[in-house]
Amino acid sequence: MIEIEHVHKSFGSLKVLDDVSLTVNTGEVLSIIGGSGSGKSTLLMCINGLEPIQGGRILIDGTEVHAKGTDLNALRRNIGIVFQQWNAFPHLTVLENVTLALRKVLKKSRSEAEDIAVKQLKHVGLGDKLTTYPGKLSGGQQQRMAIARALAMSPRYMLFDEVTSALDPQLVGEVLDTMRLLAEEGMTMIVVTHEMQFAREVSDRVAFFNQGKMEEIGPPEQIFDAPHSDNTKKFLANVR
Amino acid sequence: MFNYTFHWRPALNALPQMLEGAVVTLQIAVLSMIIGIAIGVVLAVMQGSRFRVFRGIASAWVEVARNTPALFQIYMAYFGLGQLGIHLDSFVALLAGITFNNAGYLAETFRGGLRAVPRTQVRAARSLGFGAFDAFRLIVMPQMFRAVFHPMTNQMVWAILMTSLGVIVGLNTDLTGVTQELNVRTFRTFEYFAIAAVLYYIIAKIVTLGARGIAWRLFKY
Amino acid sequence: MFETALSFNDIIFLLKGAGVTLLVTFWAMAGGTLMGVVFGTIRATAPRWVGWPLAFVLDIFRSVPLLIQLILANAFQAIAGLQMSAFVVSCVVLALYTSSYCSEIVRGGIDAVPVTTRRAARSLGMTWGQDMREIVFPLALRVMLPSWIGLTLGVMKDTALITWLGIIELLRSSQIIVTRIQEPLFVLSIAGLIYFLMSFPISRLGRHLEKKWQDL
Repeated sequence: MIEIEHVHKSFGSLKVLDDVSLTVNTGEVLSIIGGSGSGKSTLLMCINGLEPIQGGRILIDGTEVHAKGTDLNALRRNIGIVFQQWNAFPHLTVLENVTLALRKVLKKSRSEAEDIAVKQLKHVGLGDKLTTYPGKLSGGQQQRMAIARALAMSPRYMLFDEVTSALDPQLVGEVLDTMRLLAEEGMTMIVVTHEMQFAREVSDRVAFFNQGKMEEIGPPEQIFDAPHSDNTKKFLANVR
Repeated sequence: MFNYTFHWRPALNALPQMLEGAVVTLQIAVLSMIIGIAIGVVLAVMQGSRFRVFRGIASAWVEVARNTPALFQIYMAYFGLGQLGIHLDSFVALLAGITFNNAGYLAETFRGGLRAVPRTQVRAARSLGFGAFDAFRLIVMPQMFRAVFHPMTNQMVWAILMTSLGVIVGLNTDLTGVTQELNVRTFRTFEYFAIAAVLYYIIAKIVTLGARGIAWRLFKY
Repeated sequence: MFETALSFNDIIFLLKGAGVTLLVTFWAMAGGTLMGVVFGTIRATAPRWVGWPLAFVLDIFRSVPLLIQLILANAFQAIAGLQMSAFVVSCVVLALYTSSYCSEIVRGGIDAVPVTTRRAARSLGMTWGQDMREIVFPLALRVMLPSWIGLTLGVMKDTALITWLGIIELLRSSQIIVTRIQEPLFVLSIAGLIYFLMSFPISRLGRHLEKKWQDL
């Protein structure tokens, strides 16, 4: 369970997260929508401790992320994150991209790591690209590799940060399909996205963020068909 | 026009001597690169330091190395330090001058190399649970190494070419020094130095092609 | 306080040396750029059987120490009885040496102009020459200028080597003073300072032009 309680976060004088509270239950898929600069991506960075926060707290299975003495490296093993810019490691093959953390962080043997990696890569449809370098892959393939890389660590939670925004339109589908599969398998996911159709189909709940505040949260039918907040209405009217 | 007979035979007979000189040339160049890389890394780190003193020292080094002639830097080591009571022989002075030069240029190279690796790479590594040190060692370093490899081989070639300046401070064991010794004994300047030129060319090409081969094997992506 | 035997006349002597350094740099850059533009254009546009041999020859200037080039050229002109002064030999060698680097800069600049832009120019009915003059060179110039300024500074530093041919440029003139007053560290530092003062405005000018041209 991910518990976010009254989180405040600012870059200098700029407030990016303003008293945000929400809970993500195990097995749940939560989508976060909102305009750029609404703080939704920053929230993901805070959840796995890549960004510090100035107020409130975030608990992952009861462990406070920003508390002193929290082993962030251990914590992050349980949280997979996939970025907008897929961040493949260009100097490693597809297989090595996935096995590196398994071997160096989880201290698995090479053969064990490769077994896991091959399984995950086949899962995302990259079973035939093991010895290829990321530079030779399409954006969609690199993004699927990044998903496999995160999944290989068998995380309890997966965070997706606008993973399709940097992709060519025709490559978006393959990545969304991979995520859909993951949701069906019962993975707990937080998905920051601009793909409204995807959010509606896959999410258990959808949250709308506006200027650092969480305006509204609820089941997709509520958010998309009968939003309570005017800002939500305005936003949805513009993206449709 | 040509009232001159070329005498290549005696010059070619001196080839073994000159090859010995070439070995010394390579030794100086390699040594100056090894020490220069070590200092260059330190300077690059210092330039990013929070302390002004460190930044100042590093910038001064880099600016002097880049904005004055290499020969000036060698003169400083050979004549200049003498006034401070530090007397270097010509070999050490040449080595010190070239090392100083290498370190200054390489510091800039390393800084650029560090910039060439996006910050997001560190993020991605940290999000997989790597510690800061492992993220640097396994993800940043290899990519940085690729970015600096080509400029480093260029610097190596320059280091080789710079060794020829040793003769000006009296070095007589490197390729140019040996050639000059032969020259003053025979006054067959053109023949001897033409052979030296060919040897330098071959050495430079071996280094360049060797580096290209290494790069080809190392950087498959 | 600090005492030195360096006199006002010595400073004048150093500045005269600096003048020689600048003069040689000027001729080397003038000749080198002229040849560099020609060689670079050939390298970028001519077929391989012309470009490669030229590239091979130019590469030699970058793979053999400049000092050796100077010694060889000087020896050669003596053998050939050309009766060139050391100054002329220095300028010629440095110009050739410069042209080798400059040709690479020019080639890089021309290659940086997108083929589509050139096709657009030719499709408007421009000739090869017009395309080069009106489109390629002005565009390439912006890419080339920073490297060219860098080359100028590099060549100015490399002129120190002509001291071997007995020309009294800046570094040599400082040597002469050192021999007399025996204050190597001080006198060399002044020479170094002069080098720095000469290169600083040029690099500033380069940065200024670069900025100015970015908006064009």
